[in-house]
Amino acid sequence: MIRIGIDVGGTNTDAVILDGARVVAGVKAPTSGDVMTGVVEALKKALAEAGMQASQADVMMIGTTHFTNAVVQRRNLAQTACVRLCLPATASLPPMVDWPDDLRAVIGGHWWLAHGGNEFDGRRISPLDEAELVGIAAEIRAKGIASVAVSSVFSPVSDDMEREAGAIIARELPEAHVTLSSDIGRIGLLERENAAIMNACLRDLSRDVVEAFRRALAGVGFTGRFFLTQNDGTLMDAAFAERFPVLTFASGPTNSMRGAAFLSGVKDAIVVDIGGTTADVGSLQKGFPRQATVAVEVGGVRTNFRMPDVFSIGLGGGSHVLEGGARVGPTSVGYELLSKALVFGGDVLTATDIVVADGGIELGDPARVAGLAPDLVRRARDRIAEMLEDAVERARVSPEPLPVIVVGGGSIIVEKPIAGLDLIKPDHFPVANAVGAAIAQVSGEVDRVYSLSEMSRDAALADAKAQATDAAVAAGARRDSIEIVDVEDVPLAYLPGNATRVRVKAVGELNV
Amino acid sequence: MKIIRQVQAHDLDDIATGGAVLGTGGGGDPYVGKLMAREAIRKHGPVTLVDVEGMADDALIVPACMMGAPTVMTEKLPQGDELLNAFNQLQRLMGRPIDAVLCGEAGGVNSTIPFAIAAAAGLPLIDGDGMGRAFPELQMETFTLHGVSATPMVLCDDKGNSLVLDTVSNAWTERLARAATIEMGGSALLTFYPMSGAQAKKAVVRGTLSLCARIGRTLRETRAAHGDPVAALVGLLGAQLLFHGRVQDIERRTEGGFARGRAVFGGLDDWKDSTLRIDFQNEFLIAERDGEVLVTTPDLISVIEDDTGMPVTTDSLRYGQRLIAIAFPCDPQWRTPEGIALVGPRYFGYDLDYRAL
Repeated sequence: MIRIGIDVGGTNTDAVILDGARVVAGVKAPTSGDVMTGVVEALKKALAEAGMQASQADVMMIGTTHFTNAVVQRRNLAQTACVRLCLPATASLPPMVDWPDDLRAVIGGHWWLAHGGNEFDGRRISPLDEAELVGIAAEIRAKGIASVAVSSVFSPVSDDMEREAGAIIARELPEAHVTLSSDIGRIGLLERENAAIMNACLRDLSRDVVEAFRRALAGVGFTGRFFLTQNDGTLMDAAFAERFPVLTFASGPTNSMRGAAFLSGVKDAIVVDIGGTTADVGSLQKGFPRQATVAVEVGGVRTNFRMPDVFSIGLGGGSHVLEGGARVGPTSVGYELLSKALVFGGDVLTATDIVVADGGIELGDPARVAGLAPDLVRRARDRIAEMLEDAVERARVSPEPLPVIVVGGGSIIVEKPIAGLDLIKPDHFPVANAVGAAIAQVSGEVDRVYSLSEMSRDAALADAKAQATDAAVAAGARRDSIEIVDVEDVPLAYLPGNATRVRVKAVGELNV
Repeated sequence: MKIIRQVQAHDLDDIATGGAVLGTGGGGDPYVGKLMAREAIRKHGPVTLVDVEGMADDALIVPACMMGAPTVMTEKLPQGDELLNAFNQLQRLMGRPIDAVLCGEAGGVNSTIPFAIAAAAGLPLIDGDGMGRAFPELQMETFTLHGVSATPMVLCDDKGNSLVLDTVSNAWTERLARAATIEMGGSALLTFYPMSGAQAKKAVVRGTLSLCARIGRTLRETRAAHGDPVAALVGLLGAQLLFHGRVQDIERRTEGGFARGRAVFGGLDDWKDSTLRIDFQNEFLIAERDGEVLVTTPDLISVIEDDTGMPVTTDSLRYGQRLIAIAFPCDPQWRTPEGIALVGPRYFGYDLDYRAL
C-alpha cells in the first residue's frame, strides 16, 4: 500500500510517501498563506523524489492547523446557536459563560436553555419538549443562524435526548448543520459544550477546507481516499472531518511523536521535536503520546479533549545565541535560518552555528564560524545541553532509562546523548510529523458513568470496551486489528451507591 | 461590622486556587463554584468580607454549601436559585432575617460557593469556615464541637424541591441528607448550622477565606516573577516539606461512597532512596515515609506540582507525575479529644492515633 502523509505546520508543510513501512520520499515546502499552494508544492516535490504519480497512492493523510488557527485568530468563524437541554438545572451558568469576550462576540453569543437532560444515573431531569424546541428553531432561523450546537446534561451517560433534539432542529432548519456534544466530548458539561460550539462555528470553514483539499488533491491526480488526523493521533475520513473539524486540534505534536515511534521502532521513549524556534517535548507510551490530565485551553476556551501532554521550550535550530553564549533563545530567526544564520551567509549567531563551530555537524560554510571564541562556543553548547536535559527530565514518567528520540528540522543541533539517556535520531527525522500522519490509525472512545448497583464493575468495563470497539469500527477500523489501549475507571467521590466513571479507548488499523 | 475587604470577580481565581490547596486532594474542583461566584458578583456587585469579631452576639449567621459528588456538579450545574430558596425557607423557619453568610468548608468547591449566595442575597460573608480544610461529611465541622446543631437545615435541588431536616444529631443529619442528595441527582445545595454571632465567634476557623486568596496570589505572583512557587507556598503556610517524588502506584476503590485509595511516590533529590505512601478517602488523610507515619488527619496534607506549586486532587493523580507533598497543622480546635474523635484517623478506620505535626 502506498500512503502519503502531509503535515501543515506554521512554517513548513512536510510531505512523505510510504510504500508499506518504507519511507520512499520526505520533503519540506514553505507553508503558504492559502495553505493549499504549499500542500500542492510539497506533494509534487515528494512525488518527484519518489518517481511516482499521485494516482499510484492509495490513501492520503493530512494533519493541519487550519482549524486551531481559525479559533486562535478568530477568523472564518460562523454565527452559532447553542441549545442546551437541561431545564430546570444548570441555569446558573449559561453556555459560553467562561469564553473570552472577543471570541464570544465573533460567533454572536447566541444560546437557549430547553427542557431535557439526564441525571448521573440515567433518570430524566425533565422530558423533552418538542414545541419548545420548534420555537427555539424558529428564533434561530429568524436570526439567520445556520450553525447549531446541542448539549444535554449527562449526554455521555445517555445521548437519546440530544439525538432527538438534534433531529427536531435539523427538521425545522434543513439548511443548518447540527453538532451534538456527545459526539465530541466527555463528562464536564461546560467543556464538552465548548467543544461542540467551537465545532459548530468551524463547520462552514471545514466544508470549504475539505472541499479545497479535495480539489487540490484531484488537481495533482490523486484518486484515493483522504483523511485528516485527530488530536489523539488517529484518523477521520474527509466526510467525518467536515463534520468534526474541532477534532483536528493539537494533531501536529501528536503526529510528530507517533512518527518518531514509527521511524525508530521504539514505543516507549521521550520525544523531542525541534523546529526553528521551539522544541516540543513529550513522552511516548506504547507508541502513543501520554495524555494531558488537566483541562486544556484552545484560543482561551476550556475544553476536555484528550490532548497530548506536550510542552514547548524556546530552543530551536534558529535560536539566537546571546550574552556571550550564556543565553540561547527564546528569540529566533525562525524560518529565515537558511538566510540569516552565520553558516548560511547571514549575520545572526544561532544555535545551529554553535553546533557547526563545535564540530558537531558539517553544514553551510564552516569557515564563517571558525573565528568564534572557543569560550563562547563551549558556553552556548553547554547551555543547549542543559536546556535539553531539563526538558527531558521533566518529560520522564518513569525511573526506567527510556531512550530519547529527536526529530524535526532543528534536531541537527543535538549530537550527543541527553541526560545520559540513549539518543536516537532516526532516518527521515526532519519529516517525522508527516510520517506520523501517514501511519495514523483509527480509534473509538467511550467515557461515561455506570451505576454499579445494577451491574458488576467487570460487566461495566466489558460494556465500555464493546462500545469503544464499535466506535472504532464505525470510524473505519478493521475489527480484527482493534486493541484496547486505555482503560480507566474512577469511582465518583462523595456518592454512595457505587457510581463509577469509565473511560476506554480502542485503536485499530485503517480498513482500506 | 468589621470589614476586611471587598471581594471582586477578579479575586476569585486566587481564592479558588487557595481553596484547592486547603482541599487536601478532595472537596472537588473549585472551577464551577468560582464561575457561579463570578457571575453573581458581576450581576449583584462585590462581596463584603467581614471579621466574625465585629458581628453582634445575637446576629443570625448561616453557612452555605454544596453536598454530593463534585463530578456531578461539573455536569449538572446548579439551577442558580437553590441557595436563595434555602435562605428564604430558613428565614421563615427562624422567624428573622439572616445577617451574614458563612463558609462551611474552605477546601475545594465549597470555598467559592458562599461568595455566590453572599452576592445574590446582598449579605456580608464571614472570613472563616467550619473546617479550615475539606472533610467528606457534614457533621465534621468545628460548629459540632461547640454544640451547634446542623439543623434546622434546608437542602434544595435544581427542580425547586426543598427538604427541611430536624434531627437528633449532626451525624444523623449527614446520613439523611446524603440519601436525599442522591435522590436529588447526586448534587444539591444547602444551608445548615444556623448560629448566633456569639456561637460563631467561638466556633469559626478564622481568616481562612483571606488565606485562600493569599495562597492563590502567592503562587500566581511567584510564578510570574519566575520564583520558586513551592518554596513560597511552604513559607506562607509554615508547612513542612514531606517529599519530592513521582507517582509510582495508585490504587483506588469505592467503599460506602468514599473514593478510598493509596498513592505511592518514589523519591527524587533528597528523598532518592525513600518512598512516600499517602492514604486517601476523597481527601489525603495519612502520610507515611519509609514505613514511618509522618502526618495524620486532621493535619493537612497537600500534594502540589513540583514546578508550578499548583494543587493536585486525588482524582487527578496519575502515574509518573512529579509532585511535592507538604503538610501543615490543622486548626487547634481539631486537636482536642472531641475534635480527634470527630475527624481523627480512627474515625476513618485507621488503627492509628493522631500525632500532631
